[in-house]
Amino acid sequence: MTVTESRPESSSEPPAARPRYRFVGTRPVRHDGLDKVTGRARFAADCDLPGQLAGCVVRSPHAHARIISIDTGEAEAMPGVKAVISGGDFPAVAPGDPNYDMGVNLMARDRVLYEGHAVAAVAALTTDQARAAAAAVRVEYEPLPPVLTIDAALDPAVGAIHAHMFTSGADPAPTEPSNVSQLTNFARGDTEAGFAAADVVIEREFTTQPVHQGYIEPHAVTADASQDGKATVWCSSQGHFNVRAQTAAMLGWETARIKVVPAEIGGGFGGKTTIYLEPLAVLLSAKAGRPVKMVMTRSEVFRATGPAPGSKFRVKLGARSDGTLTAGKAQMAYSSGVFPSYAAFLGAWTVFESYDIADFEVEARNVVLNTPRSAAYRAPSAPMSALATETVVDELAQALGIDPIEMRLRNAVSEGAINTLGAPFPRVGFTECLEAIRDHPHYGAPLGPNQGRGVAAGHWFNIGESSSATVNLNEDGTATVVTGSPDIGGSRASMALMAAEELGIDVYDITPVVGDTESVGFTDITEGSRATFATGMAVVEACRRVVADLRGRAAKMMGVDVSEVDWADGSAVHAGGEHDPLPLAAITAEAKKTGGPITVTGSLDAKGVGPSFAVHLCDVEVDPETGVVQVVRYTAAQDAGTAIHPSYVEGQIQGGAAQGIGWALNEEYIYDGDGVMENPGFLDYRVPVASDLPMIDAVIVEVPNPNHPYGVRGVGETSIIPPLAAVANAVAAATGRRIRDLPMSPVRVLDAIVNSGSDSTDSSSSNG
Amino acid sequence: MLAPMKYAAPATVEEARALLAADGGARVFAGATDLIPQIRAGRPEPSMMIDLKRIDRLSGIARAGSTWTIGAATPTADIVAHAGFAAEFPGLAEASGLIGSDQIQNRCTWGGNLVNASPAADTPPALIVNDAKAVIASAGGERTVAAAEVATGPGATCLGADEIIVEFTLASPPPRTADAYLRLIPRTEMDIAVVGAAARVTLAPDGAVTAAAVALGAVAPTVVRVPDAEAALIGGPLTDDALEAVAQAASAACRPIDDKRGTVAYRRRVAGVLARRAVAIAADRAAADQRGASS
Amino acid sequence: MSRVHVTCTVNGDETEFLCDGGQTLLNALRDELGLTGAKEGCGTGDCGSCSVIIDGRLTCSCLVLAPEAQGAAVLTVEGLASGDDLHPLQQSFLEGAALQCGVCTPGILMAAAALLDRNPDPTETEVRYGLAGNLCRCTGYDKIVRSVLAAADSQRTTSQRTNTEETA
Repeated sequence: MTVTESRPESSSEPPAARPRYRFVGTRPVRHDGLDKVTGRARFAADCDLPGQLAGCVVRSPHAHARIISIDTGEAEAMPGVKAVISGGDFPAVAPGDPNYDMGVNLMARDRVLYEGHAVAAVAALTTDQARAAAAAVRVEYEPLPPVLTIDAALDPAVGAIHAHMFTSGADPAPTEPSNVSQLTNFARGDTEAGFAAADVVIEREFTTQPVHQGYIEPHAVTADASQDGKATVWCSSQGHFNVRAQTAAMLGWETARIKVVPAEIGGGFGGKTTIYLEPLAVLLSAKAGRPVKMVMTRSEVFRATGPAPGSKFRVKLGARSDGTLTAGKAQMAYSSGVFPSYAAFLGAWTVFESYDIADFEVEARNVVLNTPRSAAYRAPSAPMSALATETVVDELAQALGIDPIEMRLRNAVSEGAINTLGAPFPRVGFTECLEAIRDHPHYGAPLGPNQGRGVAAGHWFNIGESSSATVNLNEDGTATVVTGSPDIGGSRASMALMAAEELGIDVYDITPVVGDTESVGFTDITEGSRATFATGMAVVEACRRVVADLRGRAAKMMGVDVSEVDWADGSAVHAGGEHDPLPLAAITAEAKKTGGPITVTGSLDAKGVGPSFAVHLCDVEVDPETGVVQVVRYTAAQDAGTAIHPSYVEGQIQGGAAQGIGWALNEEYIYDGDGVMENPGFLDYRVPVASDLPMIDAVIVEVPNPNHPYGVRGVGETSIIPPLAAVANAVAAATGRRIRDLPMSPVRVLDAIVNSGSDSTDSSSSNG
Repeated sequence: MLAPMKYAAPATVEEARALLAADGGARVFAGATDLIPQIRAGRPEPSMMIDLKRIDRLSGIARAGSTWTIGAATPTADIVAHAGFAAEFPGLAEASGLIGSDQIQNRCTWGGNLVNASPAADTPPALIVNDAKAVIASAGGERTVAAAEVATGPGATCLGADEIIVEFTLASPPPRTADAYLRLIPRTEMDIAVVGAAARVTLAPDGAVTAAAVALGAVAPTVVRVPDAEAALIGGPLTDDALEAVAQAASAACRPIDDKRGTVAYRRRVAGVLARRAVAIAADRAAADQRGASS
Repeated sequence: MSRVHVTCTVNGDETEFLCDGGQTLLNALRDELGLTGAKEGCGTGDCGSCSVIIDGRLTCSCLVLAPEAQGAAVLTVEGLASGDDLHPLQQSFLEGAALQCGVCTPGILMAAAALLDRNPDPTETEVRYGLAGNLCRCTGYDKIVRSVLAAADSQRTTSQRTNTEETA
């Protein structure tokens, strides 16, 4: 194939703001690209083993019910059936046990807690046999009343789903169980005084529904348990070490008994940071003595994996007539499905994080419902909190007659500002992102009839965590870079670019590899926008130690002291110039004589994350007679720190914007009155299609993170935060109506246009 | 699946009917774009899938004199791409080109769209305003039924257990006549109609409406004709008042439900909007129809 | 269990396989023939990941019964390149970074190939509607649409050059 021969050079010059690099900032064809355009790449469901069985899960039709009995006799007697398991086959978990939530979520024990909850699983010779046997597992239920809305969960009169769950963070400690799992409070200064100092105060309520990450690849796993008590698991995930740890914990096994081999991952967005099928497949395989493959249907993905929470907020902000925000108050609730989560904590942290507000108080509750256990979705909790804050800021700007970007510039956090948790911000690029949008031709472009423009900002803190990388130099001077971070959207290319920069060899002389749990050091999940940041740091660390080794070996070959040898452009260079430079390949060719193979591992727990900001600008056109909203122009600026591979940074920005637009306009979980999901498919769970979207102009802002060798901040998540409010603000500009309940479906938009009068003054007050 | 589903691809209508008559669990299909998802969603599996696409008569688009004959298993993509047909029935071609994606339109058919009998189907309203006829193969030979009579309720049709729609016939529209179809979906593609509206209008040389048909989808158990809208149009020029009367009549004719795709109030209001717009588009096309220019 | 014997052409090769009457073509391609390029993202024709071209028609192979392929010519993503020469779409997707996770890519390439066969000079809007049956959740479609337009350009340039050479 011709691909590696046509190596496109960088199509954009690196900005002057940062050092010029030879590789970092260029746009090479990604190393795994050819396999992915020819169908050769192997995703989770593409793995087959000789003799494998097909597994199928029996799922609850009830949102909440007591399991009276499970009769697997008929299923076990059916043709081709080799194993049947249910809750009793897993180690017992008691309420309060750290493994309780995940264990019960994997397989129901005494109750089913949401529609789609697994109650048993079957392995048979064929998929059809497995499905038929699953249908023949007899489960007797006693239906219980489900808790389905945030309001119901907050109502003390509604019975608690979990008798052992008491609200954590509440003072005094509660004595009755509650559907409020956790309470987070943040406060600073004197909020009432802050509101009193404001010239305008606006308070609004917002609701959003659960939404799914919508990765196109359903969860799939193949497990092969051997008679020596070990198992190998092939699956796609955002972190195979995490799959190993969780699977081991669920089975009560030692970690070393499980090897997880990462398949290519067909999208995750946070949804593949946890497990659903792996322990089931291992257990079925162990019971049947043969490999077992399990693949979810799309309906199972919607009904039984973790969507992002729904939310209900009341947010109040005050500003002086010059636009200075004086005070904020937020009362928030997130529904995390049937088990507790950090959703409320993250929402409370992010709701006012973008702005320097002297006085604020935030109270956030996490509630549980009889709906699937929520999972992470790209910047978890922040899109909802930004919808609230960025809408109210927009309304304040409107009320004060201040340009919405100017309003944000006046309040934007910058280095040294104290964040919600009480820590000072490092250098951040929020102001630069606002200026990039303000100065973009889009900002002043004329609008057509029924069109409106909205702007909104978003912030994500990003995380570091643990990563490992192994660099092996080959005899001919090429290199293999092995990491433990799955490649979700181009990270192999980013790792290769940083390694090429460090080693000074061509990016195509580096083979980036995603290693399994037995061939590379521990690496945390790809989450929190951390892969390029933290795993990149591990790659750089390993490469620098390789270079140190190379210098030592070159010194030997030159017969000089290592202190006289520098490394430049892929060669060892003698400082005195008395020896010819030794290219890397010349050193590896002699490796046997200078100390043996050159292989180095870098492992670290990455510190010094760089918070990320984004500002989005959205034009919509609204059909005033039908309420249909079409996004007609979209520009997104985001501080990447440094863009290692700008194409994939743009891709993250564009993809997050598209997901946020879908969330804003049409995506939602719809339940009937019994808690049965009514739209578990891509027909009625409406993710944006190509004709729904315009080009998304991605503007990369580069304010390097001083704590990363290449200035990386992490770009994966921030892009989904602003769109909800950017679209809502644009719809408001186009229609004169504020819609604060998502999604802004045609039904809801038309209702707002037809039925409500001007609402721009309700619950706002003027102190002046 | 206890007994594996059988597959048959008969070469003649009679073979197909015989298979259907012999096995009460058998189903005929052409595109299967509704049938397979329904089976996946848990509907009982047919014992046999009878593929109609290998029957010559069921595929193809032909015009003889002023009569068009469209095989019931013809993929709608072929209908959309047929320039001669689309010139005479632009609205029906539009409706045919709105079902799902290109992938779906390469498989789905009028026959399937009609007998699936979804209240929200796109082609039935457009077939009905054009007075399309379905030719049905029966035990006693063939019978012809107006497209409007085929669906009798959600998922229910007038077809007997061993009957098959063979083809559709349509008369070429008279001069200065055109149709239009509009539907409301939340996205731009890939959705089921929340409301659908088809219209056909014939104009006199002076611009007066001489004939009109308006039909709505997704607002009742079956397609709704709107005689009050038609009456409001016929005899006069296409004024704003006439269009407003169309909208009012369409809204009034709806018997919609609240469901996951829309509300009663929304469907009622938007049915009026789409009916008005569809009539206006059809009238614009009719006015531009050169075939009537000399009369 | 009586299985159906199917003879057809897959990516230019005469191919035979056995399948169940109710088995989908997608399933037969993946499980009987080992061609795992086409993916099952939904099984209901809503995502396009399983797109293949049958006798010149773009279809969702999850909605086609395997026995229907009798006598047909089936083209999957594995057959898109000619030997070592990538299809212009494959090349432009690589150069334009039109994929992130890559799981939708095989289906999108097939849909785009069918589109360009039918319309060698599409507008941006035509590309967007032509790909509306293929969900991508990673890219926001921007780079995909640009890469299809770029491939159309390069295909036209190549064919113009060929035409010129032929007339010269």
